[in-house]
Amino acid sequence: MANLTLVQAINLALIQEMERDDRIIILGEDIGVNGGVFRVTEGLHKRFGEKRVVDTPLAESGILGTAIGLAMAGLRPIPEIQFEGFLAPAYDQICTHAARMRSRTRGALTVPLTVRVPIGGGIHAPELHSDSPEAVYAHQPGIKVVMPSSPYDAKGLLISAIRDPDPVIFFEPKRLYRAFREEVPEDEYTIPLGKARVVAEGDEVTVISWGAPVVQCMTAIEASGKSIELIDLRTIYPIDTQTIVQSVRKTGRAVIVHEAPKNCGLGAEIASRIMEHCFLYLEAPIQRVTGFDMTMPYYKKELEYLPEAERIGKALAEVAAY
Amino acid sequence: MPARTVYTASIESVSILDEHGRFDAQLGADLIPNDDLVKLYEQMAISRRFDEIAFKLQRSGRMGTYPENRGQEATSLGAAYVLNKDDWLVTCYRENTGLFWRGLPMEYILLHWMGDERGNKIPDGLCITPLAIPIGTQMLHAAGLAWAAKYREEKRIACTFFGDGATSEGDFHEAMNFAANLDLPIVFFCQNNGWAISVPTNKQCSAPTLAQRGIAYGMDCIQCDGNDIFAVVRVMKEASQRARETNRPTFIEALTYRLGDHTTADDARRYRDEAELQMWMQRDPIIRLGNYLKELKLWDRSKEDALQERAKAEVADAVKRAEEIADTPIEEYFDAMYADIPEELRRQRDTLRTSSLGQEGFAQGVETPTKQGIEETVN
Ligand SMILES: Cc1ncc(C[n+]2csc(CCOP(=O)(O)OP(=O)(O)O)c2C)c(N)n1
Ligand SMILES: [Mg+2]
Repeated sequence: MANLTLVQAINLALIQEMERDDRIIILGEDIGVNGGVFRVTEGLHKRFGEKRVVDTPLAESGILGTAIGLAMAGLRPIPEIQFEGFLAPAYDQICTHAARMRSRTRGALTVPLTVRVPIGGGIHAPELHSDSPEAVYAHQPGIKVVMPSSPYDAKGLLISAIRDPDPVIFFEPKRLYRAFREEVPEDEYTIPLGKARVVAEGDEVTVISWGAPVVQCMTAIEASGKSIELIDLRTIYPIDTQTIVQSVRKTGRAVIVHEAPKNCGLGAEIASRIMEHCFLYLEAPIQRVTGFDMTMPYYKKELEYLPEAERIGKALAEVAAY
Repeated sequence: MPARTVYTASIESVSILDEHGRFDAQLGADLIPNDDLVKLYEQMAISRRFDEIAFKLQRSGRMGTYPENRGQEATSLGAAYVLNKDDWLVTCYRENTGLFWRGLPMEYILLHWMGDERGNKIPDGLCITPLAIPIGTQMLHAAGLAWAAKYREEKRIACTFFGDGATSEGDFHEAMNFAANLDLPIVFFCQNNGWAISVPTNKQCSAPTLAQRGIAYGMDCIQCDGNDIFAVVRVMKEASQRARETNRPTFIEALTYRLGDHTTADDARRYRDEAELQMWMQRDPIIRLGNYLKELKLWDRSKEDALQERAKAEVADAVKRAEEIADTPIEEYFDAMYADIPEELRRQRDTLRTSSLGQEGFAQGVETPTKQGIEETVN
């Protein structure tokens, strides 16, 4: 057991999986000699060599497109896109090919790749280095979307993602990369995709979140003094509807928290599911605490945009009192 | 039948004032008047000072991530010097010197990297686009701007800047192809500074030059010493004239070097050879031009001292203006989104301080019906 940051936990998962499975190739911009701009792939180039750890030309569509080819040939590529803002050039390959290959070939060709992508704001980064596009990809049938909020989860979820037979986008919240450490077993373990984690139990309100805002939710809950259940989705597609429903049937009140803009954010999908399954249990309208429907502000104003603990706390009070 | 050669090509590389101070009198004749040479030198020195201060601001927590321009001053400056004031400058983020020459106040660049969108609110009439953060995307816009100039029969051209790494992106190739096939008045100016963060140019391009990428698109292309202001000016004059007079694009590869880290978030010692850096230090464009000016008796110690004082003062003023700019309330960000703010967005804006949600919260009772209200309606 070691006390690791989220960066270190992912690094460990990559090393262990690469040792176990020589079909794994990692590729991307600056991931080799430099160990990635966040140092997530630190040491891998040295350890596994340039055949398996490949600094590619600067081309996201190229990275994803070739990864699809590698995957169809039976390898297990793990491409990295340097920041979520630069997924856009790869969107075409992800959504028009990776997501559809299994279904359109009826399984004759599959794309078992895992795209690792740092995501989200809160680190004072430049433009296009702080967005939260997870709902865009969750909306695309054929891919799975994962976002851990702790080092322990990151390792277990990444291993599951790598071993998953379908394409997975693995979003890594930058704000949590080095925010805290956690005991992470050296031993192999997996956390199943599609299973949420109940972070804290409670019976007054259910809070549903994922990624970096989970930490903000914990702060808000602690400050509220109320009995609040916090669910960390961990996988945002497929969503663990059951865990959400069980909790909301108990509390009758739900608050959904995400960094992405509100309009067509994943909160809307979750609220619908709650309505479908918990209508008669609800004591208050479902509420969302999210980013605003605007371009992610540059860093001077990012904390006024992000759903920080204070704003979440207000929502908890309002929903609980309703 | 034996195969015939259907096409051969070669790439020219232009150097006028080399790193040893040798000047090619033929190529350099009447290229830049002495008065202008001094001004160009001064601009580079001011820009260098700006870079040093920007770096310090980042290190002391007064500014976010910053990409140093150090070592690349001659490229964008030479280009901006040749261009007319109404030609478009479509830049990336290492073209401070050219932007300052064009007239962009220095605090704009600071504001951008201080996380303030007002750094992009380019003063009217400057004909520049905001810094481009997504690599390799802005060249297509330059092609569109050039197209519009041609459509309107204006004698304007566009010049777009980008790095060696950017030439790997698909959009770059699309821009080159559009420009060549639609006969657009544009100059593609590639600053080959040897590195794209940690990846050397030879991992972006297996051909011996980047310049030859232009050949494949049927475009004139040329290489030059990017640390030699004379060479840059010469190739830019040819390229801009070609664009203006014949609507034909040109691809310029300027060989230069990033003397700093990629940005303040990077540590180039992890991947770059110290000897290589030292070699390029000797090719510094500012030192080179300074020595030449001294040789021509256009420059001396006291002028240099005065210039350094001026640079210090001007940069300090810019820092002051950037740091003392009034705070904008977040409401302004909502208003900036559309010409006419949509109703839902307006509501988010108006309730952001009263509701937990920055939206139609319970506090306002704007939209959410009360329980009692529902019961009344139902009954
Ligand atoms: C589309 C996109 N992908 C990745 C990045 C991250 N990134 C920023 S600068 C850079 C390298 C750019 O190299 P080059 O084009 O040579 O320009 P230079 O920084 O050397 O001036 C990378 C990969 C980005 N900004 N945009
Ligand atoms: Mg470069």
